[in-house]
Amino acid sequence: MVQKSNSIIVALVSRFMVPFIQLFAMYVIAHGHYSPGGGFQGGALLGASILLLRLTVGEQPSNLVFHTRYGTQMSGFGVFIYAAVGVAAMIGGGLYLDYANLPIAGIEPAKLRSLGILFVEIGVGIGVMATMIAIFDDLARGHFHD
Amino acid sequence: MKLISYILLLAFGILLIFATSELPSRGHPENPINRDTSIAGTPGAAAHYIRNAEKETATPNMVTAILADYRGYDTLGETTVIFCAGIVVFLILRKQKDGSKI
Repeated sequence: MVQKSNSIIVALVSRFMVPFIQLFAMYVIAHGHYSPGGGFQGGALLGASILLLRLTVGEQPSNLVFHTRYGTQMSGFGVFIYAAVGVAAMIGGGLYLDYANLPIAGIEPAKLRSLGILFVEIGVGIGVMATMIAIFDDLARGHFHD
Repeated sequence: MKLISYILLLAFGILLIFATSELPSRGHPENPINRDTSIAGTPGAAAHYIRNAEKETATPNMVTAILADYRGYDTLGETTVIFCAGIVVFLILRKQKDGSKI
């Protein structure tokens, strides 16, 4: 069972900080093409923001942002996005994970590779974020299957 | 006994320092990994990435291009490993409703 913090200062400051942490995390994921960063780092930041809410404002309010029952499902969904991009490249006529053959018309191969990298990073980000939250929730308390 | 372990530790440390002192300096263009052709005569990978990564992937960050595009299988495996860690914690720690099969 997660014991939420009793201090109102901690609760207010973390509630104020969480949107900025999440915005920075999305920047890290989306800007990984041009600066250090990418799916793993951005996903870790996103997961940390949710864990901050879990620790400070408690289980019920943080469930409004990310419910405990979605952790494991979303981590599988992240890996699925990655694998699906690879299969989409196969449908477009290339090899597995060869982003130049993604079936999107009207984009030159180099730009298509850049786009494929972005899709993959989003999948990695969702997977890392959800896995962090799922592990925390499982460790914090046993959860009944729904 | 304690003295012997300290001596062994010291000897091992000296061995490691001696071994690392012979390593080529990092990022040197004459290192085998940075040459145009490898020792076996095949084209080197690092030179190809440095020359062509931005052209081929339209991604200025070479690390991202290598991680997600050239080495895409590797990153897929890493993501799967993280997913497996989550699944294992799920399977070990989650309680079940009384009477449920799985």
